[in-house]
Amino acid sequence: MLLDKDRIFTNLYGQHDPFLKGARSRGDWDNTVAILSRGRDAIIQEMKDSGLRGRGGAGFPTGLKWSFMPKQSDRPCYLVVNGDESEPGTCKDRDILRHDPHKLIEGCLVAGFAMGATAAYIYVRGEFYNEIMAVQHAIDEAYEAGLIGKNACGSGYDYDVFLHRGAGAYICGEETALIESLEGKKGMPRMKPPFPAGVGLYGCPSTVNNVESIAVAPTILRRGAAWFTSLGRPNNAGQKLFCISGHVNKPCNVEEELGIPLRELIERYAGGVRGGWDNLLAIIPGGASVPLLPKSICDEVLMDFDSLRAVRSGLGTAAVIVMDKSTDIIKAIARLSKFYMHESCGQCTPCREGTGWMWRVMTRMVEGRATSDEIDTLEAVTRQIEGHTICALGDAAAWPIQGLIRHFRPVMEERIAAYRKKPMPMAAE
Amino acid sequence: MAKVTIDGIVVEVASGSTILQAAEQAGIEIPRFCYHERLSIAGNCRMCLVEVEKTPPKPIASCGYPVADGMVVHTDSPMVRKGRRGVMEFLLINHPLDCPICDQGGECDLQDQAMGFGADHSRYDENKRAVPDKNLGPLVKTSMNRCIHCTRCIRFITEVAGVPDLGATARGEHMEVGTYVEKALGSELSGNIIDLCPVGALTSKPYAFVARPWELAKVDSIDVLDAIGTNIRIDARGTEVLRILPRINEDVNEEWLGDKSRFAMDGLKRRRLDRPWVRENGKLRAATWDQAFAAIAAKLKTLQGDRIGAIAGDLCDAESVLALKDLLANLGSTNVDCRQDGARLDATRRDFYCFNTSIAGIEEADAILIVGSNPRKEAPVLNARIRKAWLASGMPIGLIGSETDLTYAVTHLGASPSALTDLHTGAHDFAKILANAKKPMIIVGQGALARPDGSAILAAAWRLAAHVGALSADWHGFNVLHTAAGRVGALDLGFVPGPNGKSVDAMLDGGVDLLWLLGADGFDPARIASGTFVVYQGHHGDAGAQRADVILPGAAYTEKSGTYVNTEGRAQRAFKAVYPPGEAREDWTILRAFSAIVGKTLPYDTIEALRTRMEQIHPAFGRVGFLPRFGCSDHSGPAGDPAVLSDAPLVSTVANYYVTDPISRSSPTMAACIAAQDQTALAAE
Repeated sequence: MLLDKDRIFTNLYGQHDPFLKGARSRGDWDNTVAILSRGRDAIIQEMKDSGLRGRGGAGFPTGLKWSFMPKQSDRPCYLVVNGDESEPGTCKDRDILRHDPHKLIEGCLVAGFAMGATAAYIYVRGEFYNEIMAVQHAIDEAYEAGLIGKNACGSGYDYDVFLHRGAGAYICGEETALIESLEGKKGMPRMKPPFPAGVGLYGCPSTVNNVESIAVAPTILRRGAAWFTSLGRPNNAGQKLFCISGHVNKPCNVEEELGIPLRELIERYAGGVRGGWDNLLAIIPGGASVPLLPKSICDEVLMDFDSLRAVRSGLGTAAVIVMDKSTDIIKAIARLSKFYMHESCGQCTPCREGTGWMWRVMTRMVEGRATSDEIDTLEAVTRQIEGHTICALGDAAAWPIQGLIRHFRPVMEERIAAYRKKPMPMAAE
Repeated sequence: MAKVTIDGIVVEVASGSTILQAAEQAGIEIPRFCYHERLSIAGNCRMCLVEVEKTPPKPIASCGYPVADGMVVHTDSPMVRKGRRGVMEFLLINHPLDCPICDQGGECDLQDQAMGFGADHSRYDENKRAVPDKNLGPLVKTSMNRCIHCTRCIRFITEVAGVPDLGATARGEHMEVGTYVEKALGSELSGNIIDLCPVGALTSKPYAFVARPWELAKVDSIDVLDAIGTNIRIDARGTEVLRILPRINEDVNEEWLGDKSRFAMDGLKRRRLDRPWVRENGKLRAATWDQAFAAIAAKLKTLQGDRIGAIAGDLCDAESVLALKDLLANLGSTNVDCRQDGARLDATRRDFYCFNTSIAGIEEADAILIVGSNPRKEAPVLNARIRKAWLASGMPIGLIGSETDLTYAVTHLGASPSALTDLHTGAHDFAKILANAKKPMIIVGQGALARPDGSAILAAAWRLAAHVGALSADWHGFNVLHTAAGRVGALDLGFVPGPNGKSVDAMLDGGVDLLWLLGADGFDPARIASGTFVVYQGHHGDAGAQRADVILPGAAYTEKSGTYVNTEGRAQRAFKAVYPPGEAREDWTILRAFSAIVGKTLPYDTIEALRTRMEQIHPAFGRVGFLPRFGCSDHSGPAGDPAVLSDAPLVSTVANYYVTDPISRSSPTMAACIAAQDQTALAAE
């Protein structure tokens, strides 16, 4: 369990002043120049040693990602911060943006310095109006205090931070689509390779990081990699923001160590499942795009990247969506299918055509107006999408359905059988 | 270089190439819809999936994946086959099953590849998507239900044609390709998207429901509606030309074709001259060939050689031009001219009137100056090449003439030819750009030459070319852009006034008593002096025929075997696709037959013999299809005093792209294009 002294986001609930004065009192911007003076390589090495894995969903080691940036470049380099938080169930970045914006801005400076970037672009989901106002205010404060801009923090390093409002497309949270959108184009993912570290924003080397990954970086660098690795489990180091929603008594955002048991997380912080743990049906442990887990797995599973992967799900954004036994699980997943159909960018074939197909079959499955063969067809369609698309939205659309079929196939078949038993409406004579 | 193993075949390819290119080199075909070698890579159809060893276990789109040394690729593994079958299934679930009424049927990529990767039945039981059709103007017909969203059309129009007219709106399965606001496509190259579309979403509107590809006889030919010499394929059924498609020729047109050249062929069926006519008592009367020839022979008997003249038009093949020149020579006349628009072309040296850099050479240039031309209207395919070069290098391009959107950024240097003097003296900043360029090009259009001070402008342009180093031992940067397909061939054959010969103006002003017009419609026939006896030989009842005393029906370019020399000076051969209508005959045979009637028989009985004579006159006719590149060692310029430039603004000779010649003037499709153009202009106001 995470002790108060190990918390990074000490203003997660907004009880204190989110702006510069309050942030300083929480330790932000404390001798940042000392961190910068360690030099690029030392910072990246420290981040690598800390074992921080990207908090946006894919869990790619952050330090390693930074190290892909060119050491020497004749073009400017950019840090792009992904604040397009749109994954259903996820609301962690939002609290950072509105309650602790200076953690993010300080993170932008140290991360940008470590990768040799000249500027950071913070891309925030358009619907986050108040959060954008808060971040912009914090940026203005930081400029005024000389923390960023020319000679940032007195380090001699020039660094700009820009804020960009998105227009509310889920796909713009995909790193290359985000870059396209930032460039003023339609948010459509690019083919990889080339990766953004080679050809990114405006064709220059860029790194795209999640808000949370960047916001934790200054604290890690202050307190050291050893402190960070002392939290969590091997290869799943540190703490993490969990967003608990759904059928719990007290939905909340909470900072906890990675590797906390799922049951403990829900019972300790969210007041337990509505109607008691035994009333639990299933949990989606990492935001809409990871496969759900039935109660039997939820009893034991630990909340970290590798443990969830071992049960064929994922940590994703650590958005825990709890569903009790009152839930129509097929309808719940069908709603997710509709979301992915709506948010598919339409660029590549499997996702464009497949998400619509899956949703249409799922709506019939909700009624049971299908045959049990079609469950296999549906499964086959998800496999035909998964791994065949330009970006990961196709995978994200396929996985919830795969999870449903894996764990709740009997429910689907029951529904189909029940529909067949219903008397056929007769035509009026 | 990188060594790549593809299905066990080891190939060495340039590093930076894609797996798909490497596979092509290994002789392995990878199916694709969105990939096109002349467009940017989109990677969205996912048909070109392959398996690469030592990568995450999922298929990779080969069209955009760069090769690496030692890479091992499988294009036919179970994973690849499964992936492609899946993609094919997805493409087909919303594709209508309307192949029987689809114009693409028989030449459809989706049909072909469905044979390889399609299933025998569909697992998709839901309703198919319905998409409203778009109106893209009179040329391109849409059937948007069939669209597979490969975005080739969008990329072509944006990248090659350089007009931001097409794009995709909405997202996911609601994504639609269209013009945002309904309008006709504003490009002269729009027809190419019909060829690019891998399915039947974009088809030819005039050709809709006309024929199936397997019913058509296909003949290689050369386009004559501009002077580029675009390589075309004529598809005909019976006596009718049904459609015209481009052929690939990297040096000339790559694989593009202008809209006029593609769609104006319905003009070949209208206002045709299909029998001889003779004017009697002021009225034309249908006649036989003998009567028509007799009427001309009777007139000739009364005339001295120097009172006879001939003017060749813009669409003439070199064979008929030479036959006419020889006929006139036998009759004792040197009054011949092929410059019916009065262009002050200097025929004394070939590089005074050719596009010497060559079309492919544009891509080597590092600065261009365009004088009195609008290449977008005069030669859209060549304009696309300039745009391609500009996109690649961002070279500076200057324009003297009317300011217009050429699809690339130009520095406008004013409309007056005096800008040439400013550039020569260095008074203008662009002079430095030209002088610093290693391979500068100067392109002189007909708009600069077909005017009283044309020779002065030609001389001034040459002087500037010499001054900025455009003329060197290995680079010839002086170019004349023609608009008439027959012009360069006629100049090569010396179809210009001989010693004491009369020019077009002199002939029209009563300098001759018998004027033989070989398809010459490019001037107002009222200019011909009233007493002149006019023989019109050609294929359309256009301006020239109205004034004629005797009409001899000739063949259009689709109806005869002929040689055309394009603006570069490249001789190319066109073959006969259909027979001329009615009693019309191939033009050189008409002249040969007439020569026998008047007892001045031409010394060739076959087209081969005639071509041998052409070769003797100019070696260019001996190297058909081939163009040697050359520099310029003799800097002495064309006749003309570069100092006597007038102040009149330069304007292109092509006022409207869609009507420039008798064929396009007779074409209902071209008329519809003009109507659409007017409508777009109205909407813009």
